[in-house]
Parts: sequence; structure tokens; C-alpha cells
Amino acid sequence: MSKDEAGRNGRAGPGASRRTFLRAGLAAGGAALMGGRAAAETAAGNPANLPPNVPDWSRYLGDGVAVRAYGRPSEHESHVIRRDVEWLTASRESSVSFTPLHELDGPITPNGLCFERHHGGIAELNPQDYRLILHGLVDKELVFTLDDIKRMPRVNRAYFAECAANSGMEWRGAQLNGCQFTHGMIHSVMYTGVPLRVLLAEAGVKPTGKWLLLEGADASGMTRSLPIEKALDDCLVAYRMNGEMLRPENGYPVRMVVPGWEANMWVKWLRRIEVGDQPWYQREETSKYTDLLEDGSARKFTFVMDAKSVITSPSPQAPVNHASGFTVISGLAWSGRGKIAAVDVSLDGGRNWRRARLDGPVWGKALTRFYYELDWDGSPLLLQSRAVDETGYVQPTKNELRAVRGLNSIYHNNGIQTWHVMAGGEVENVEVS
Amino acid sequence: MSRFREMRPLALAALLAGASVLAAGALLPAPTLATETRAAEATDGVTDGAFPELPTGLGLGRAASAEEIAGWDIDVRPDGLGLPEGRGTAREGEEVYIAQCAVCHGDFGEGAGRWPQLAGGAGTLASHDPSKTVGSYWPYASTLIDYINRAMPYGNAQSLTPDELYAVTAYVLWLNDVVLDEELELSHENFAEIELENQPNFFPDDRETAEAHFWREPCMEGCATGEAEIVMRARALDVTPEPGQGPTVD
Repeated sequence: MSKDEAGRNGRAGPGASRRTFLRAGLAAGGAALMGGRAAAETAAGNPANLPPNVPDWSRYLGDGVAVRAYGRPSEHESHVIRRDVEWLTASRESSVSFTPLHELDGPITPNGLCFERHHGGIAELNPQDYRLILHGLVDKELVFTLDDIKRMPRVNRAYFAECAANSGMEWRGAQLNGCQFTHGMIHSVMYTGVPLRVLLAEAGVKPTGKWLLLEGADASGMTRSLPIEKALDDCLVAYRMNGEMLRPENGYPVRMVVPGWEANMWVKWLRRIEVGDQPWYQREETSKYTDLLEDGSARKFTFVMDAKSVITSPSPQAPVNHASGFTVISGLAWSGRGKIAAVDVSLDGGRNWRRARLDGPVWGKALTRFYYELDWDGSPLLLQSRAVDETGYVQPTKNELRAVRGLNSIYHNNGIQTWHVMAGGEVENVEVS
Repeated sequence: MSRFREMRPLALAALLAGASVLAAGALLPAPTLATETRAAEATDGVTDGAFPELPTGLGLGRAASAEEIAGWDIDVRPDGLGLPEGRGTAREGEEVYIAQCAVCHGDFGEGAGRWPQLAGGAGTLASHDPSKTVGSYWPYASTLIDYINRAMPYGNAQSLTPDELYAVTAYVLWLNDVVLDEELELSHENFAEIELENQPNFFPDDRETAEAHFWREPCMEGCATGEAEIVMRARALDVTPEPGQGPTVD
């Protein structure tokens, strides 16, 4: 739409025309950076639907009830999807897709957008054929059906599941341009499940039982060793997420929930729990999910995900679409060690910090939403966020992590992220001195 | 043993006598059951932190047979617990490997394309470009035989016979100069004796001591000198997928 057209339709003063121009400029120059958001944000609107005209949806009937028996997002949100990065892995079936954090708000991830990480593709289990075997150093070796598990006492808890490799591509420097790709191996949903200790009590763990082996039913036979202290503390055998049954890609019908710990241990399609007196040193806790340090030695059993945060908007896929003025900075913070105590935001690359506002529930080991509102003068910003958890741990910079670990750890990168907001609103993933 | 289980013979007797399940339940003296939630007020509205006190001794699930467990319990530990009965040599394993593994992992474990490299990489762990293979990085041979058995070949897991498993494992260890004699027979009797060089270089998570300085008072003002300067840009690399290249919904 031209400036003249906007004027004829009576919708635009000078300010609106300028915004229209700005958006058109972003669409032409920054489409690649902005992802699918560009189409939605740059649409000036169809004059026929704008006041004083009466749009079709105000005249004609829409779909009736149950036409959409299982609802879906508006077609105008079709860009809000998981994405993958093909060059990351050799095969889609052992790979990862990323949660579109830049398009979400609040503390809960919608089920259909939760990032996926499979090692043998999605196992499609029939719930009638589901069995969980519990054996080893127990008084009674047992088999449970899904119905058995659903009859057990249950609890509801929201927890984040963060892949140990989240932000792993960024160890050597700024690489992927968007928080979906740099931070999107995470989701946080409300689980319904049975405390693992209730299940273990059915079998009776012998005093010599110190470790559990968790095993999935998929073609990768995913296995991890879990210390008994954690098993008896807050682990869940979960079958629902955000109220409905787990999605197949998230472990339908039953998965492990290991709060605060790296998501590889959240074994999906859980088929077997063995109790033993020592860890098993499976592939996923030797070859993988061990953290190589600069001297060639490696940490093992780095279970906890440390305090971390990221500004989700503005970010490279969610540029600022106004030249200046009131601006909401929105982000997520989380810690595997407990609750988020505070989040600080810097506009100048970490020289000065101001406390952000936590909003919504602050659950332990779950995503916590923060906001920082400012009157932006339109000049460039170097935006950062820094999480502090209830243990007093303060999210470090990437360089502080590198000073301890070097560049080859792959996993557990919780360093502070910097976004360069340019004059004009475009945003880039950068690192600062 | 819970009170619930002690009560079961009585409930069973009631069932046998033709009583309904409901009637059997009614025979259980509710106030003394371990299965009954007691601290109702303490659990009210709890959405966080420790779990409430919950009923146990539910009598759910049934006994697992030895045969059922044996079918699914395929894990192997470093001390050899769980090794399946079988035997094989690297020479025998070469044929299995070439037929079933080499297309992805390369004839000599060098890896094809982005598929995992299985051999080589000695002395690279402290370098700029570490190559973490079975020989250069893995701590235990048990992990190799366990993982091949449970997850390989990729797309046709749990398809090798025990003898093929020992043979192809021996071949991968031979590629890594761990097994030096192609005719050496590996079996459930000697497999646990294999030691890998890098095992001593793993140590348990020490973040709470090595990174104790991250527990601190956060600096709020003047936290670094001079203005921040951009030293790296993601756009310079330009590998982020562009719209239309990722998966789509329809």
C-alpha cells in the first residue's frame, strides 16, 4: 500500500505512514533474518477489513463447534514451528528440532512446539502394548501396565527439560542467528505423573541398590544411570504434559522427568528400570554427555543444568518493529538448582545492570518469565540477561566459562547471550569484548 | 510389608466367595491403610518443591518372570555383568562390519560424511580439534559391546547374533589398536579384562568447586572498563537456516 492509499482509507496519520514505510524496508532488507515473522509483521492490512468497513468475519458464519475437533493455531501463526538445522547431524532420526522461543511468552511451552531430540526416531507405541519392567536389586521384580501406572498417586509439577547440548554450537563464538537455534533445545510443561519413589516402593529397593538404569523402548535403546538419591527425591514417571497424554515425540505413553538435570536423562518411551549397585557407563554417559576440558580430561556425570537465561524478544528472529519509544524486553530464566531469584538486564554489553521483573509463577527447576520495559531512544543496544538462582549462583559470561573449560565441552553452555539491537530494530547474535 | 498386602488374603477370600470388588474394598479398614492419603491439608495447592506424603504399598503391577526380564535386560557393565554368552574374533568380525557397518562408519572406522568416526584420533583430546573415538576417548569396552547390541546397525537394532556381536566388537577394537591380534577370540569369559587407555581421564562433576566463583554477589554498575565492542557476529558465518528451508506444517 502506498502512502496515498493509506491516506485515502482514512487510517493513517503521518506516524502510521512512517511505520508502514519502516516495515516495508525491514521486509526487503531483513527477511532472511526475521524468519516467518516477516510476513505477519509487514502486512499493512487489507483496507476492506479496516474501519469504517465491515469485514467478512463480521457478516458471515464461521466454522461451527467440533469442526475443529482438535484445535490448531490460527493459519496466521503458521511460522511458529519447530525448525531444525540440517548440517548439525547426519540423520533426521538422530537429531534435534528447536522450540520457537522467540514467538512464545509466559512460562509454559505448547505441546506441539516442544523441541524434539531423538536418537532412533519417534517410537510409536500402542498403549495396550506398553510395559514397564522394574527389576534388579529389589524385593519383588515387577511388570506394570499403563493402567497400573495411572492408578498410582499422582502429582502435577512444571519443569524445564533442557538438552545438555543447548547452546553447544556457540562454544567457539556466535554462530546461529536466532534464540530458537541458540537456546531452543528447551521446553517447560506441566507434567502429571507418579513420583518414581512410589513406583520403587512397590518393588522394595534393597539397601545395596545405589543406582538405577533407565531404558527407553525406541530403536536407540536409550539408557542412562541415575543415582538412587535423585530417584527418591523428585523424579517423576510422567504420562501427561499440559493435561493431555504425552505426545509421541515426547515419549508417549510414559517418560522420565528428572527435574533440573540434563534432558538426555529424561528417558522417553520408558520400558525398563533396573536397580544396581554401581553406574553402567552406557554410551550416553561416556562417549556422549561427558564434558571434555582443555587439558584432555573430561567431566562425567555432569547432571545439573546451571542457571541460565536468554532474551527471547527482541532477538534476531524477533526484531524491534518500531523506530523508538516504549519497548518490552521479554525473556526466560531457569536453573536446575532451584528457583530463579532474580534476572538482571544490561543494555550496554554487561557494563551496567538493572533488575528485571519476574512475572507469572516462579517454580523451582522450571522456566520463569521476565520482562524489562524501557523507553528506547532508537540507538544501538548490546542486550544481555543474567540469571541468579536461589543458591546464589550467578549466570557467568561465556568467557568466564571458557576460562575454566576451554572450547571443546560441547555441553552445558550457560553463558550470557548478547544481542546487538541495531538502529532500525534489526538484531544480531554477537559476542562482545 | 505393608498393611495392604497383609489384608489381601481377606480381600481375595471375599472375591472367591462371590462378593463384588466394591464389597471386597469395603472389607478393608480404611483408617489404618498405608494406601490412604493422610496429610490432605499439607498437599492442598502444592505445585512446587518436595512431594507430599503419598500412599505406598499399592499392590499394583505383577511379578516379572525371569524370561520377560531376560528378553529386555541387555545392558552390560564395565565389570562384565550382563555380557551375553558368545565368542568371536576380529577376523570374523571384518565380514560383518563390511556388510553392516562400513557404509556409514567407513572401512577402517574413519566415518563417512557426518557419520561417526569409530577409530583414530589418538593424542587429539587436548588439541583444537579433538577426535573422540572408541580408541581415543571411550573409557570402557563394555560400552561398545552394549551399544552395538542395543542400537546398531542403525535402523536394524538388536539384529546381531551373540557371536556376530563379539566378532564385530573385536573388529572395532582391532581398528583402534586395542585388540592387536586378529585371531584373538573375545568372549563373555575374557571381555571384561579389556582396558581402554582414556579411562583414567574421566572424573566426576566438580563444578561446585572448580566453578565456586560463580556463586557471588552480582556486579550491577561499572562491571568492566571501556565500552563493549563486538568481537564476533553470527551473520559472518551465515549458516542459520532461512525461511522455507526448515520443516513446514500443512
